[in-house]
This record gives sequence, structure tokens and C-alpha cells, in this order.
Amino acid sequence: MSEVVQVGTPSAAGRPVAVRDTKALVAKSLKRRYAAERRFRLYGVAAIAFAGFCVAVLFVTIFSNGYTAFWQTNIRLDVTLYPQDIDPQGDRSPKALSTANYQKLIKQAFGDLFPDVQNRREKRKLFDMISPGATFVIRDMVLKDPGLIGKRVQISVPLSDDIDQFAKGFIKAETPESERRVKDAQIDWFQRLKDRDLVVTEFNSTFFTAGDSREPELAGILGAIMGSVFTMIVTLAISFPLAVGASIYLEEFAPKNKWTQLIEVNINNLAAVPSIVFGLLGLAVFLNFFNLPRSAPLVGGMVLALMTLPTIIIAARAALKAVPPSIREAALGMGASPVQVVFHHVLPLSMPGILTGTIIGMAQALGETAPLLMIGMVAFIVDIPGSPVDPATVMPVQIYLWSDSPERAFVERTSAAIMVLLCFLIVMNALAVVLRKKFERRW
Amino acid sequence: MQTFTLACVLLVLTYFGFRMGRGRALGLVGGKATRLHSLPGYYGYYVALWCGIPAFLMVAAWLTLEPTVLTMLTTSSLPADVQSLSKNELGLVLNDIRNLASGSAARANVSPDIVAAAERYATMRHLGFAAMAVVALAVAVAGLTFARTRVTPDMRARNRVEQTVRVILIASSTIAILTTVGIVLSLLFESLRFFEKIPATDFLFGLEWSPQTALRKDQVGSSGLFGAIPLFAGTLLISFIAMCVAAPVGLLSAIYMSEYAHSRVRAVAKPMLEVLAGIPTVVYGFFAALTVAPFFRDTGDLFGLSISSESALAAGVVMGVMIIPFVSSLSDDVINAVPQAMREGSYGLGATQSETIRRVILPAALPGIVGGLLLAVSRAIGETMIVVMAAGLAANLTANPFEAVTTVTVQIVTLLVGDQEFDSAKTLAAFALGLVLFCVTLALNVVALTVVNKYREQYE
Repeated sequence: MSEVVQVGTPSAAGRPVAVRDTKALVAKSLKRRYAAERRFRLYGVAAIAFAGFCVAVLFVTIFSNGYTAFWQTNIRLDVTLYPQDIDPQGDRSPKALSTANYQKLIKQAFGDLFPDVQNRREKRKLFDMISPGATFVIRDMVLKDPGLIGKRVQISVPLSDDIDQFAKGFIKAETPESERRVKDAQIDWFQRLKDRDLVVTEFNSTFFTAGDSREPELAGILGAIMGSVFTMIVTLAISFPLAVGASIYLEEFAPKNKWTQLIEVNINNLAAVPSIVFGLLGLAVFLNFFNLPRSAPLVGGMVLALMTLPTIIIAARAALKAVPPSIREAALGMGASPVQVVFHHVLPLSMPGILTGTIIGMAQALGETAPLLMIGMVAFIVDIPGSPVDPATVMPVQIYLWSDSPERAFVERTSAAIMVLLCFLIVMNALAVVLRKKFERRW
Repeated sequence: MQTFTLACVLLVLTYFGFRMGRGRALGLVGGKATRLHSLPGYYGYYVALWCGIPAFLMVAAWLTLEPTVLTMLTTSSLPADVQSLSKNELGLVLNDIRNLASGSAARANVSPDIVAAAERYATMRHLGFAAMAVVALAVAVAGLTFARTRVTPDMRARNRVEQTVRVILIASSTIAILTTVGIVLSLLFESLRFFEKIPATDFLFGLEWSPQTALRKDQVGSSGLFGAIPLFAGTLLISFIAMCVAAPVGLLSAIYMSEYAHSRVRAVAKPMLEVLAGIPTVVYGFFAALTVAPFFRDTGDLFGLSISSESALAAGVVMGVMIIPFVSSLSDDVINAVPQAMREGSYGLGATQSETIRRVILPAALPGIVGGLLLAVSRAIGETMIVVMAAGLAANLTANPFEAVTTVTVQIVTLLVGDQEFDSAKTLAAFALGLVLFCVTLALNVVALTVVNKYREQYE
């Protein structure tokens, strides 16, 4: 562009040639300028395409790694429930039934399928193919119906995670035997089971009904989901009233002075404090000073509440600000007190906006991991928590824990857990969008 | 569960107070509400507030103090030789007692002293709770009867209720200040304890980081060195890589969307960036560790470069992707705030669209963009999960993005996760790192917000 400016200044004795020169010069530079224009546009397209590519790769990776976790390779096994093994006294007492050696029954039933395996080391390899969870399947069956003892039942029990991964094709037979976790003999046995039509692929309901486990085939996400639910309840119960109260005060009642300014600066800064610092706060104050229980959703919820507070306050203030002053003036004119104006008119009108902000804040809190690591919610917890003070973990932390496990089967379970978490987040965000579209009024 | 029941009982009582206050006020004037000073409901709220607030405050106070009080009482009742144990061992004993009392530990192999203490602990807990419940209920009933006697037709019930509501509103707005104070105090106190053990200069300027303190004197590689420079360098390296990805991509996509894109394109691209913003960081971390890091390693092998599988590059790039929507939405706001007249003036002089953007809009929006980028840097510095899952643990002082480096946040997590004794320099170091992190992000935010606000004023 700079040349254009120079040419514009009359050069030689004000002849009309200068105008033609300018035209020519502009025409000459136009090609280059248009090329620059196209290039610049292309950069923009490339940037957006890159972002889209990242989203696509992320989702494809997670999905392609995770969808197999919703199926589990099981084996159909005919087990004879010998009374002398389960209940030698014959009194059918619950204690005897729950402590009986069911593993022996499983081993017997499974061993019977391979009468040629006699060697002890070979046998151990054989029994490694069945998940330790098989014994619980039988135990639960017997405890439910002691009348089954002495009969022959057909059950479907999970195979161990390595065999499951082999069946799904993640462990390949082509890799040298020393480098894979499934041995040649096991592959052979598995093929024989398949030929006899005993291997079935079933929906992995364990994944949705169990707590954490060291065995991938027995690990489930219900414990983490319940932990997340309790944590979110605590977070919501604390942050929503506080945030609404704070934003009403700041927006409707607060005088403009140093104190309210300090509060506003504080809120803006808290919104940008790294989440892990909130974890340190929780550790130092809630755990070490107030001696509240470690690993409990109660403390996790409190920490996350402090973290989401600024988000909700900022959204709520925007929603309150959007209510036109005419509403307030009309109500005041009708004789309402300032508090009545807010609670009867302004707050109900701004509720959709506040709720949208709250849901977005909650979605943020649901995906947060780092502060919860600080307050001990990262423990290995098998039991499904029943209250906000039981030790628990939450979904993102469960994902973190599983992603650290070396077993291949945990990779697919991590991805599956991510899919479940993303589903929750999508539902929450969709709810926020619907709420905004449906109820928010433009004045 | 008991607490929940108690809370329910108190709530019912409060509701009862509301009905009672309302009924009483109406009864006093023979059902003619116009003779009352306030609407009848306000008399109800008045009684309910008197009934509920003191009782709930009592319960809350007890619940926060209960563990401390019980621990103190139990400690003082323990035999002298147990009491004289060091703080850590005493903590373990107390933990045993608590587990025993709640029935989650087996009774075998425990000394009778401890069992007795556990039983005392359990009874004290029950007693304490029962006493608290009785007192809370008594307070509620007392408040109820007191407030009921105060209800008269002339009483300014609405004014009093509204006064209380205002106090509650003010109290909830001070929570933000309390949180900041809590953060500063907790970080400061623990850091000061750390600096008593390790001089601050060693921490801030030391070049070696190996926080494992030796259990035995002759142990190898356990020097207990707390020089944080390698952590700062690693954090800066990863943040720099992240910004190299996020700044151009975020800025260009914001420019494209606000200046070029058709509204239909925008309707697709904007939510797509929001999706990127909504994905939890732990998912990015998993993605970095599972896909991106191995991809970079294999690509490096192809060109004969040795790229560590925990390279700063992988963590940085994924972190950059995470920050893209942040940069783009902030720049979008700023670019949209540039007055339309400036664009039109530029077009009128014959400039093309890209010339207008580069020579008019960007210079005008520069302060806002710089502020946004600073906010993004503070995001990158404080980001935890991606680096915990994809970056290394060893503190290398290097500027090579292909090597593994560690960051401040990674070290905070590794120092504090798992079993810990709370007095060792190792755990306290995490708080000192947290303090540095807090100060740096705070400074960045303050600068960024000032710049952005100044810029906003310019065009308003």
C-alpha cells in the first residue's frame, strides 16, 4: 500500500500521465494484493480446519478405543454344585455358603473341558484364562437360591482380561510369544472353546454396575458415578445459593465503594486461579484444620463449590443486569419494597440465565480432576459410596486412575469411561442450550 | 445419615414456625389482614427465621468442630507413653482409633488401650451428637416460642425479615473474599514452614530438584534438594509450546469467524470450538499420553530424532489445543469491539479485507489481544492434568522440546498424592510451589485484566 501513497503525490509538472501511472501501478499490484488476500483467508480456514481436525481425532480416538469395552467375552460353563464342597455340614447356614470354596467348582468344571491338561504349570495357565470374578457369580447364585446345591447349572462367566483382549483382536497371535501376555497354549485352548461354541460375547453390564477393581473385567464405573453424583449435589447445594445471594447483593443492593470493588476484583481473580490451588486450599483448611474426612465427596464438593462460585456469580450478574430497569421501576411504583422487587420480579425473570450459568459451572466441576487429587479422592475404592462422607472417587479421577494402569484392557475401559463422562457433559450442555433458547427473553 | 434426619426435623420445625407465625398474626386481628403492618406471610417468615437460623448455625458449628474436639479429648485420655509419641505416630494411632470406632478395622492385634480408646471415641461421638441434637432442637423451639410472643399486629415484620435477608446476601458476597484469604493464608503458612527448613533462596534459585528425602543415610539418589529452577523452566517450556499452537490458531480462527465467515460457517465452527473448550482436561491428558506422544515418538524415529515418549512437545501441543477456544473467544470479543467505522474508513481508501485486518483492526485490537494471550498463558501455567499424564517426572533443566521435562503442577501432584506425613519438607514444598503458582497467575491476571479494561474504555 505504501507505493500507492507515494505515487499519488504529483511527480512531474502536473501532467495527466501521473494519474495513468497510478492506475497502472495499482493494477500491477492488485494481483499481488489479491493473492495476499487469498493467502490470509486460507490461513483462517486452515486454523479452523486444524481445530476441527483436533476435535475429530480426539473423538475418533476415544470412540475407537472405547467402544469394545461395552462387550465382554464370556464363557458358558456347566458347573455341578457338589454339596460336599459348598456345604459339608449340610446346615445351609449363610456363613458356610458365603465362604465356601467356589473356586474349586469352577476349576473342576473348566478343567473337565480339557482332560488332556494334566501338568501343573499347564493347569495354572489354563485357570488363568478365567476371571477370578467367576467364583462370585456362582456364590451369588447359591446365596440367592440355596436349592440349587447338588444340581448342575449353566453359567456365563467372564474370561480374564487378556483372553478378552485377544478375542477382540488387540493382542495378536502374530507377535512372538514372549512379547504377548497370552501364551500359545492359551490361544490353542481358546480356539478349542470357540470351536465347541462355548465362547459368547455379551453386553458388559459389569461396567455399569460395579465399583473399581484391580481386574479389568470386573471393574465398573458405578462407584465413580455415585461419587460424582454426591460431589455434584454438595457443590450445587453450596455454590448455587451463595452465588445467587452474592450476585443479587452486588448487582441490586451494593453501594459503589471500596469494599464492593474489592469483592468484584476478588471474584474476577478467583475465576482465573488454577484449579489445583483450590485443592491445596481444601487440603490445608478442610482436611488439616477442620479434620474433615479424607476422600469424601463432602470435601470434594466444598472445594469444587468454591471453584465454580465465580463462574456462577459472573453468569448470574449478567442475567440480573439483563432485566430492564423498567420492571424494577414499575414494581417500586406499585409500592413493593426493594427486597420484594428483587425476589418477586427481577430474580424470577433472570432465573433462566442464572440456571444456564449454573449448569455450565456444574459441567465444569464435573470434569475437574486436579483439586480432587489433593484431597485424597484418588484412592482405590471398591465399594460404591452410599453417602457424601463415604470414601469415594469421581469419574474424571477414575479415568486418571485407569489410564495409569498397564493392562491393555484398562485402555479400552478408560476410553469407555471417558465416553460416559462426555455423555453426561453433553447432556448438561444441551440442557443449558435448551434453557437459553427456550426461556431466555430478549428485552 | 443422622445429621440428615436432624436437618429434616429442623426443616419441618421451621416450616411449622412459618405456619404458626402466620396463623398467630392472622388470629390476632381476627383474620383481617389489612389491620396488620405487613403481609401475614412476613410474620410467618419472622418466626421461621428465629426458629431455623440459630439451630442450623449450632449444627454447622458442631459439625465443623466435632473432629477437632473429639481428637483432643481422645488424645488426652490415652496413656502417657502413647501421648509422648511424635506427632506423626500419634496421628497414626488416632487414625487406628477412628477406624476401630467406625467399625471399618478388625479388632485383632490391637492393644487393649487402643480398643478402650476407640470405644470411648465412639461413645463420645454418640453422646456429642445426641447432646448437640437436643440443644439444637431446644434452641429451635426456644426461638419459635420467643418469636411467637413478639408477633403483634403493629410489629414491622417485613422490615425485620428484609433486614435479615440483606445480611444473608452480604454474607454470601463476602465468601469470595474469604476464599482468597483462605488461599493466601494456607499457602503462606505452609510455605513459611517450608522456608524454615529450606532457605527461600535455595528454593527459588537452586538448579537441582530431587525432593526424595533420605530414609537411611547411605541411600542413593535421595539428596532432598529443592531447587525449583528446573520446574519453572519446564513449565515455561511447555507453556511456550502451547502458546505457539494456541496463539496463531486461536487468533486466526477468531479473525476468520468475525471478519470472513458466512453465518452458516460460523454456526458450525463456533460450537465446534466450544466443544473443544468443554472437554475435561483429564481427557486431553489421556489423549496426549495415548495418541499424541507415541505419534511424535514414532515420527521422530522416522527422521532419526530421538523424542522421549513423555516429551514436552506432546504435552505442550495438546495443551495448546486445549487453549485454542480460550484464545479464540477472547480475541473474538476484542475484534468485535473495534468500531465498524474504522473498517469502513479503511475500505473506503481501497484497502482489501486482509489489509484492513492487518493494518487497522489488529493494531487497534492489540492491547485486548495481548491481554487475552496473557490470560491464556496463565491458564497454561496452571494447567495440571495434561502435564501430569503426559509430561515427565524427572526434573531436567533443558530447552529441548523433545526431552521429558516436569512442571510445577506435576510436582505438586506427585508430592501430595499418596501417603504423606504433613511435616516433612517434601509435602511442604508442594505448598511453596503452589504459592509461586498462585502469585505468578495472579500477577498475569491482574496485568491482563488491566490491559483489557483500559482497552475497553478506549472504545466505549
